[in-house]
Amino acid sequence: MALILDSISKSFVLDDGSVVEALSSITLGVADSEFVSVLGPSGCGKTTLLRIVAGLEAPTSGTIILDGEKIEGPSPRMAMIFQEYSLYPWMTVINNIEFGLEMRGMKREERREKAFKYLDIVGLGEFADRYPYELSGGMRQRVAVARALAVDPHILLMDEPFGALDAQTRNMLQRELLDIWEKTRKTILFVTHSVDEAVFLSDRIVILTSRPGRVKEIVPIDLPRPRERTGVEFARIRRYVLDQVENMVTAGKV
Amino acid sequence: MRYQRLLLPVLLLVVWEIAAFAVNNPFIIPSLTTVVPILIHPFSSSYTLGTGSLVWNAAISIQRVGLGFLIATVVAIPLGILMGRFQALNDAFDSLIELLRPIPPLAWVPLALAWFKIGLTSIVFIIFIGAFFPILLNTIDGVKAVKKTWLEVAMTLGAGERQILLKVLLPGAAPTIWTGLRVGFGIAWMCVVAAEWLPGISQGLGYLILYAYNFGQTNLIIAGMVVIGLIGLAIDLVFKSVERKWFSWRDLER
Repeated sequence: MALILDSISKSFVLDDGSVVEALSSITLGVADSEFVSVLGPSGCGKTTLLRIVAGLEAPTSGTIILDGEKIEGPSPRMAMIFQEYSLYPWMTVINNIEFGLEMRGMKREERREKAFKYLDIVGLGEFADRYPYELSGGMRQRVAVARALAVDPHILLMDEPFGALDAQTRNMLQRELLDIWEKTRKTILFVTHSVDEAVFLSDRIVILTSRPGRVKEIVPIDLPRPRERTGVEFARIRRYVLDQVENMVTAGKV
Repeated sequence: MRYQRLLLPVLLLVVWEIAAFAVNNPFIIPSLTTVVPILIHPFSSSYTLGTGSLVWNAAISIQRVGLGFLIATVVAIPLGILMGRFQALNDAFDSLIELLRPIPPLAWVPLALAWFKIGLTSIVFIIFIGAFFPILLNTIDGVKAVKKTWLEVAMTLGAGERQILLKVLLPGAAPTIWTGLRVGFGIAWMCVVAAEWLPGISQGLGYLILYAYNFGQTNLIIAGMVVIGLIGLAIDLVFKSVERKWFSWRDLER
């Protein structure tokens, strides 16, 4: 297992002193090069879970183990891609991609070369000297992916990275992400609230309940890729996953 | 567009000249023909009642303002960064600052004289007070407005506190800090004129126009005011052009 989440719980203390349990004893193993999605309704704590894995928040109890080592803060072996636009607007695209390498003290020529390599991988080679505000939302997220890949992490953490994009761009980026994943064989932990997206991308889908978030079910998807959204089998799995999510909604658990 | 901008100033000059003719008292409204010769001989001391040329006096004022402004910058920006970054420091300093801020810089004059006696230190102190608060408050605002995601990206990419400060916090807050510097300089420039009315001062544009009043030389007062206005305008244009060149991303960022 590349990544192990061992009974992760997280509670928040509100201003009035009451305690809200956001995540309750979540245990999950992610294999090397596996693509795992965490799916759940909004408010199920899936983003919190990802932030805990990334080391941006501490769990109330439980441990994260990455390649056999306990994680207690941001690790150079993980890179995160955020939902909102996270590029630095005062830097050009290429400088944005170089940023992580610069933080790690890599020399200028070396990191530039590396940044260009990943810029090409996301298909934006000719936009190196543009600024983020000159790019569309989809292009910005591609740059964010390149920036994350450039530091050569073992694991990519993705927090609804395509959530703010229109449907067409979103579908295109999903296909591109799979291409990149197949080329680089990164382990990916992907948070989404879109059933369609989860079924299209993942090896396994972890369905969370809400308040507190618990693992309701883990659904393996063994459809070959590229997956056909209109295929019968795809529809069947999507129907099944959707039912699991909707059951929670109708059961009044949301 | 250019002509329209000039229309009103030109009209003012015409009305002024007509009024000067009608009033026929150079102490109330001096004719422009007595003002212009002073302005077109800025390096000559023979138009300024022996107080040194316009340029000389302007240089003295700029030097004083520069000194007070520089000290204000050096104190306010680091303090503002700390207050913006650490809530505890913000809470510790906030009420004191809110208490001192509404006191006009000129209300500090008697205290300045008591503390620093007559001389450069008192003037610089008044200018410091004038420039300090806009720079401080804008720095705090700028740091607070730095997106949390920008900081978290840096953390997940392995940046240390020092790198976050230099590579994310400062550039992210820079446009707002710059606005603070611009406003602070404007106020400092207003303060220098008044500060040069302190007893025992014998140079500077503020001193010059007060001195001219004592001799009933209203034309010299007007000339001095024009120079004060032009210098303020020129420096503001410099601030603005830097803003456009380096910090345009703030307005373009969606």
